[in-house]
Amino acid sequence: MTVPSHSVPALRSEFGSAIGRHFVSSDQTVVFIERDRSHDVLAWLKDVPGQEFNYLTDVTAVDYRDPERPLEVVYQLRSLGRREDLRVKVALDKRGPLELRSVYDLWHGADWLEREVYDMFGVTFVGHPDLRRILMWETYAEGYPLRKDFPLRGHFSRAEQTRQALAANPEAHYSLEELSIADEYAELPKDMQERLGRGERGFLK
Amino acid sequence: MGLTNPATEKRGDEVTTVSSMSPNWVTTRLDFLTNWARANSLWPMPFGTACCAIEYMATAASRFDIARFGMERQSFSPRQADVLICAGRLPFKLAPVIRRIWDQMPQPKWSISMGACASTGGIFDNYSMVQGIDTIIPVDVYVPGCPPRPEGLMYGILLLQKKIKGETIADETLREERLVGPSGLFLPPERVDELSEPFGNSISQTRSS
Repeated sequence: MTVPSHSVPALRSEFGSAIGRHFVSSDQTVVFIERDRSHDVLAWLKDVPGQEFNYLTDVTAVDYRDPERPLEVVYQLRSLGRREDLRVKVALDKRGPLELRSVYDLWHGADWLEREVYDMFGVTFVGHPDLRRILMWETYAEGYPLRKDFPLRGHFSRAEQTRQALAANPEAHYSLEELSIADEYAELPKDMQERLGRGERGFLK
Repeated sequence: MGLTNPATEKRGDEVTTVSSMSPNWVTTRLDFLTNWARANSLWPMPFGTACCAIEYMATAASRFDIARFGMERQSFSPRQADVLICAGRLPFKLAPVIRRIWDQMPQPKWSISMGACASTGGIFDNYSMVQGIDTIIPVDVYVPGCPPRPEGLMYGILLLQKKIKGETIADETLREERLVGPSGLFLPPERVDELSEPFGNSISQTRSS
């Protein structure tokens, strides 16, 4: 099937020039939208009857080897009721700021997906409630690993990478929040509070 | 071990028989005894991160059954573990975790690096992977394979037992904690670079100057 989804003409009549080119690849309609209207378009796709793409399957990004070619943020949408998929792409010029409106308010599932795109590609999602690294540790300083200009082994020497990794002190970033004991922190025994606070480890003083 | 023939000693009318089969004592070397006890009751701390952990589970299960070597109890607390088995690749994000677990294990302790990735980084010669856990913790036995078969891991365990049986309690350096120093590493940076060096058809890697 090479006929594009009926969503494409509907999008064009609704948003006009905010909708870019579209094509069909492996039965999958791909449509480009303008960066500045992306949130409006995606909200429309989610809520308007006849579209109802109520499930955000994935948010990811693609960086191409050609440095002139823009970085593409990909939204893979699915309508659970109509059993239809739509792939929406936003092209971000790499010379400008890599910023985009977060869709967390539309689909809460975008939370970790957008964090992953931020971690790997450095795209800032404006309006995301908790935008920080998710795969690499929080103090990771080498950049954004899935960019094409990122060397495979990273920028630093292995010794420096190892040193920074060992100094990461995971408890400082994860234990209290991620393990959901932040609320009980005040009720923990004093020695445990102290240990969690300074991050107990076997360093030589 | 001990005497084989009862020795008799005559003192006046009294005859004392000293038997090696006495239930109360035995003669041996202290090293032999401690090493025998240590080598045959190794409690493993499984640190399974990848496919090697599947082989490790197979090794622990009924068909291969490492309980035969005194590893009956999997110690999921580092405080009661003797040998850390790193089964799988170690990303840099887990480096402080395995270091913490190693620091929490009491002496005497040993470690086994199971598989190509734990030992060298394996196929993951990239930005996110530790190039051999020996840059993070001291390693006693490296088990090659991708992943090693249970027989391979068992051979590694037997080698570790052999190594333990060759130790002496007189050598205190064996039980010294090798902590992360002020440099933030437990080895000199050049040594870490050397251990992490790419091999095969890998290309240039940034070096410490």
